[in-house]
Amino acid sequence: MAADIWLVLWTLIKILCIVLPLVISVAMYVWWERKVIGWMHARMGPNKVGPAGLLQAFADVVKLLIKEVIVPTSSNKFLFFLAPLLGLVPALAAWAVVPFDQGLVLANINAGVLYLLAMTSLGVYGIILAGWASNSRYALLGAMRSAAQVISYELAMGMAIVCVLVLAGSLNLTAIVDAQKGAGILDWFMWPLLPVFVIYFISGVAETNRAPFDVAEGESEIVAGFHVEYSGSAFALFFLAEYANMILVSFLASVLFCGGWLSPFPASWGFIGAGGWWWLFVKAFLFAFLFLWFRASFPRYRYDQIMRLGWKVFIPITIVWVLVAGCLKYFGWVTVGA
Amino acid sequence: MSPQLFQIICFYAFGIVAVISALMVISMRNSVHAVLSLVLTFFSVACLWLLAQAEFLGIALVVVYVGAVMVLFLFVVMMLDINHERLREGFIKYLPVGIVVAAVMLVELLALIGVKAMHANTMGPDPAAAQGLSNTAWLGQAMYTQFLLPFEIAALILTVGVIAAVVLTLRHRTGTKQQNPGDQVRVEATRRVRIVKMEAERRQQESQS
Repeated sequence: MAADIWLVLWTLIKILCIVLPLVISVAMYVWWERKVIGWMHARMGPNKVGPAGLLQAFADVVKLLIKEVIVPTSSNKFLFFLAPLLGLVPALAAWAVVPFDQGLVLANINAGVLYLLAMTSLGVYGIILAGWASNSRYALLGAMRSAAQVISYELAMGMAIVCVLVLAGSLNLTAIVDAQKGAGILDWFMWPLLPVFVIYFISGVAETNRAPFDVAEGESEIVAGFHVEYSGSAFALFFLAEYANMILVSFLASVLFCGGWLSPFPASWGFIGAGGWWWLFVKAFLFAFLFLWFRASFPRYRYDQIMRLGWKVFIPITIVWVLVAGCLKYFGWVTVGA
Repeated sequence: MSPQLFQIICFYAFGIVAVISALMVISMRNSVHAVLSLVLTFFSVACLWLLAQAEFLGIALVVVYVGAVMVLFLFVVMMLDINHERLREGFIKYLPVGIVVAAVMLVELLALIGVKAMHANTMGPDPAAAQGLSNTAWLGQAMYTQFLLPFEIAALILTVGVIAAVVLTLRHRTGTKQQNPGDQVRVEATRRVRIVKMEAERRQQESQS
C-alpha cells in the first residue's frame, strides 16, 4: 500500500517537473515572440517591465487572472467553462510521451506516436465548443473554420508521420530517435524524408491555428474568432494551450525528423559530438523561432487557399512519399540505427 | 491493493461511464450535448480496450472516431437549429416498434453468448505477448500476412464508398467563377498593367497667358 502511494506521489512530482517548466517557457516564449516581431517591425517590443521587458509576460498573466470573466447572456454556461479546459488538458497530456533524453521520459509506451496523434486531435474540441457555447456569430464562424482546417491538416500530418514510422519501424518515440543514430546530422530522417518534413512542420503550424493559417482567429474579419467572448483567466487558458501546442510541435519536429537529443556532429568530436537533452532544446528553439518568423513575414491565407493547399498539394505528396519511404526501407537505401 | 483488483475496479468504472453516457446520447434534449455524450462513450470504450491490452485498437478508436468523425458530426449538428419540443413528438407512436427491435437484439445477443458458452471457447493467452511482440507489431504482421485478402477487400470497399459519396454530391453548376492557382503564379506584370508614356500637359489658362 505504501509503495502504491509513493508511486503515485513520485509520478505527480515527475509531472510537475514537466508542466511547471512548460508553463514558464510559455511565458518566456510569449516575451520572445513580442521581441522578435517588434524587431522585424523595427520596433523595440516590450522593454519597460523588468530587465529588457522580461517580466512583461508575468505581468500580463497577473492582469488576466484578476480580470473579471464575463459570461455572455444566453450562452451555454457549462460548455462555456468546459471548453478552455478541453483545449488545455490534451495540450498538457501530450507531453507525457515526449522523450527529452535517453530514458528521460515520463511514459515510455509502445504506441507513443499514436497517443500523440490522439491527444493533438482532441484539442480541437476546445475550440469548437468555445465557438458554439459563446452564442456569438463571430465565434461560431471561427469554430467552423478551425474544425475544417484541423481535420484537413491532420490527414497530411498523419501521413507524414507514417513515413517516419516506415523508416524507424516503431511507434515508440525513443526507438524513433535511436533509429536516427549514426554519423551525426546526415543520418537524421529529415534528409530521406525532406518533402514530408517540410509538410509536417507546415501542417503543425496549421494545426495550432498560427499565422499564416490563423483564419480561426482572423482579427481583421471575425474579430478574434472562437475566443472573442472570453476574458480574464478563461482566455488565459486558451492562450496557454495554444503556446503549449506550438512548443509541442517544435519538440515533435525535432524528435521525429531531426534526431531528438542526438548531436549533429559525429561521435568522434568529443564533447560536442555527444548527445544530450541540450541538443533537443536547441533544435526545438529553432523550430519555435520559425513560428514567430512566419507570423511576422507572411500575410494570412484565404480560406479556400488553405483547403486547396491541404487537400490538393500536401496529401498527394505525402501519399507518394509513403511509397518512396517503403522503397527506401525495402531496398536498404537508408541506414537505420548506428 | 493488488493489480488485479485495481484492474477490475477500473473495468467496472469505465463500463459504467460508457453505459451512462450511451444512455445520455439518446436522452439529452440538446443535440450538441448528445454528440458530446457520444464522444465520452467512445472514450470510455477506448479505455476498456486499453485495459484488455489492445492498445493499438484503443488509441486508433480515439484518433479516428473522437478526433475526426465526431468533430465532423459536431460540425453539422452545430449548424442545426432544432426545436427541442418537436423532438419528443411521436415518442409514444414509435415506442412499440422500438421495444420490439430492442427485444430482438437482446435475444440475439443472449443466443450468441449461449453458443459461445456451449463451445467453451475461452480465449487463449495474448498472442502478442506469446510471441514477445508489441500489440501493434503483432497486429500489423497478422493483418499483412494471414488476413491480407480481407484487409485489401475492406480497403477497396471503403474506396468505393468514398468515390460514391463524392459522385452523389458532385454537381456541375454553370456560371461559377474559379481560380487557377497555376495561372496566378505564372502571371507577369506585362499581362496586367500597360505603362503608357506621354508628354506632360499644361493647364488651359497657363498655355493661353
